[in-house]
Amino acid sequence: MKLMEILKPTFWKVFSVLVVIVGLVSTFLRFSQGLGATTNLHDQVPWGLWIGFDFIGVGLAAAGFTIAATVHVFNIHKYEAFVRPAILTAFLSYSVVVCLLIVDLGRPDHFWHPLVMWNIHSVMFEITWCLICYTTVLLLEFAPVVLEKFNLHKPIKYLKMISIPVVILGVLFSTLHQSSFGSLYLIVPGKLHPLWYSSLLPVHFYISCIASGLAMIIFESFIIARAFSKEDGFNNTGLKMNLLTGASYVVLIALIGGFLLKAYDFIANGKLGYLFVASTETYLFYLEIILGTFIPIALLSQKKFREDKKWLYLISIAVICGLILNRLNVSITGLVASSGINYFPSFDEISITMMLVVLAISAFRFIAKYFTVFIDEESHSERNEHTEKAEIVNAREVLNS
Amino acid sequence: MRKGNGILFDVTLCVGCGSCYEACKEANNLPETNKDFLKDHLSDNTFTVVEQYGDLFTRKNCMHCDDPACASVCLVGAIKKSETGAVIYDAEKCIGCRYCMQACPYKMPRYEWGKALPSIRKCSLCDTRVKEGKLPACYEACPTEATLYGNLEELIVIAKKRMKENPDQYFDKIYGLEEAGGTHVLVLSPVPFEQLGFVPNVPKEAMPEFTMRAMEKIPSVVSIGGVFLGGMYWLTKRKNELAKEKNTNNGN
Ligand code: SF4
Ligand code: SF4
Repeated sequence: MKLMEILKPTFWKVFSVLVVIVGLVSTFLRFSQGLGATTNLHDQVPWGLWIGFDFIGVGLAAAGFTIAATVHVFNIHKYEAFVRPAILTAFLSYSVVVCLLIVDLGRPDHFWHPLVMWNIHSVMFEITWCLICYTTVLLLEFAPVVLEKFNLHKPIKYLKMISIPVVILGVLFSTLHQSSFGSLYLIVPGKLHPLWYSSLLPVHFYISCIASGLAMIIFESFIIARAFSKEDGFNNTGLKMNLLTGASYVVLIALIGGFLLKAYDFIANGKLGYLFVASTETYLFYLEIILGTFIPIALLSQKKFREDKKWLYLISIAVICGLILNRLNVSITGLVASSGINYFPSFDEISITMMLVVLAISAFRFIAKYFTVFIDEESHSERNEHTEKAEIVNAREVLNS
Repeated sequence: MRKGNGILFDVTLCVGCGSCYEACKEANNLPETNKDFLKDHLSDNTFTVVEQYGDLFTRKNCMHCDDPACASVCLVGAIKKSETGAVIYDAEKCIGCRYCMQACPYKMPRYEWGKALPSIRKCSLCDTRVKEGKLPACYEACPTEATLYGNLEELIVIAKKRMKENPDQYFDKIYGLEEAGGTHVLVLSPVPFEQLGFVPNVPKEAMPEFTMRAMEKIPSVVSIGGVFLGGMYWLTKRKNELAKEKNTNNGN
């Protein structure tokens, strides 16, 4: 019965299996034939979709550290229900990012070199180490969810003892690498379009990741709520509307902060003139700012939109799109003029990226279903043993089938 | 005072014969990439090119920056400034992230896109030959001394002297003297350098400075951030405890 349910073809299952098969073929081609044959990368365009996507994945995973800090460092415990989804999202995003980085490396067989060969002046070196450390932090933060599932309470106790330093380290590592993704471009003042180049790039990256990381959690909460129960969104999840409204308030503050910083940057560096040059860059810049900053600020500053489910859902999508546009603009659009090449990713670049995203979403669905990611406030503490055992059996069945 | 050697290339002396192009191919064991060397461009198999602009010819190759962007960004230190003045690359270390290609203000590093296990490729100023006591192949091959090789400070003196003696023959600038904090390839030209396809407006500062200004903030971000977060944890926890105590007291 259970097996039949799993094998029952749904649109998502068929789609994801297809995407993964195509992606695996592309991955095989990429590693056997090299980057030139399978990507549209070029001497003038050494970084493409994969690097751009890494920026997006890391940016959208930012709730992993902001929420953890809110609850565990600032002790605002009402946001507890967000912690696990945020950490799971972050962990899966970082897994995608790390896989993409390795796919993108020209010498994947040398991927371990940064561990032993150090150039501490390189931003890339700092990012690599922060990624390694922060992924470890995320593992430690998520481990209790897995351990409690299998009733292993001893290790949980040890993890609890070190949990606060771990969270603080996580916040520090995140602050460093989130901003350092912006620092990567500090060395190309002559190449990156002035609409995006700024000595404040690391700060821009940091503020925008805070806004869109939270937007991502809001967005996810709605999706998950719909999946858990069709009629009333939040009954089964402990994700209450007032919490989402609270989070959206922080999104608003971060967006305003980001906008003020940008305004300062444009005025102080005399870049206002670029806003009136008719070019593809300018249009994409406006799209990024209007969709990702102006509209969300205008709506979120009104209480009625912050408290409305449908609007909040739409606003969170707009903020996420803003971040995606921004990262792609910095990593691709902003460099087109200086490279003189119109880059568009190849089929293999797209299919490998899609495969990893689909795998991450499937993993999220699986873990959300079989582990207690979304805490139901009332029943969580007195969760009765019986159902827990039954669930473990279910999970095992799924794993075995 | 810059240490090591470099190249002084004088456009007014170049006759466009392509001897340096051929010599470079031979010295580095590179296959033929184009029948007409004037139509070739830099690639994984071409480390120096000769380009024609009207009656003028000019060379292009890695500028061998004094404080190279490519070396500063390489996370595994695969690119280094050699004591000879050359900027050299070690394929054994390279992981292929291509940040060096992104960072170079002159876009000199090229990649072996066609290979399954590729390397970065660029002019090495014949570092190995020089260390063996030989001279760069392009310098040896040049019949007109348009390409000079030698101690960089001496080359700067020669360049300045040429400009002083024939001021109307030269555009008033030595390309590479200030670009990106100074390079070990200097160029003299009769016309503004943009007209010969040289990258204009390269910052005068050494490129790694742009990154350093952000990187040097890291220690303070970490220490202040750590103290701040630790403090906040302690404060908010204390506040919650007090609030709880008050609640229970009121309850009694
Ligand atoms: S020109 Fe480019 S590749 Fe050559 S040393 Fe300078 S930064 Fe490195
Ligand atoms: S591609 Fe190689 S040489 Fe260039 S920065 Fe990356 S690791 Fe260093």
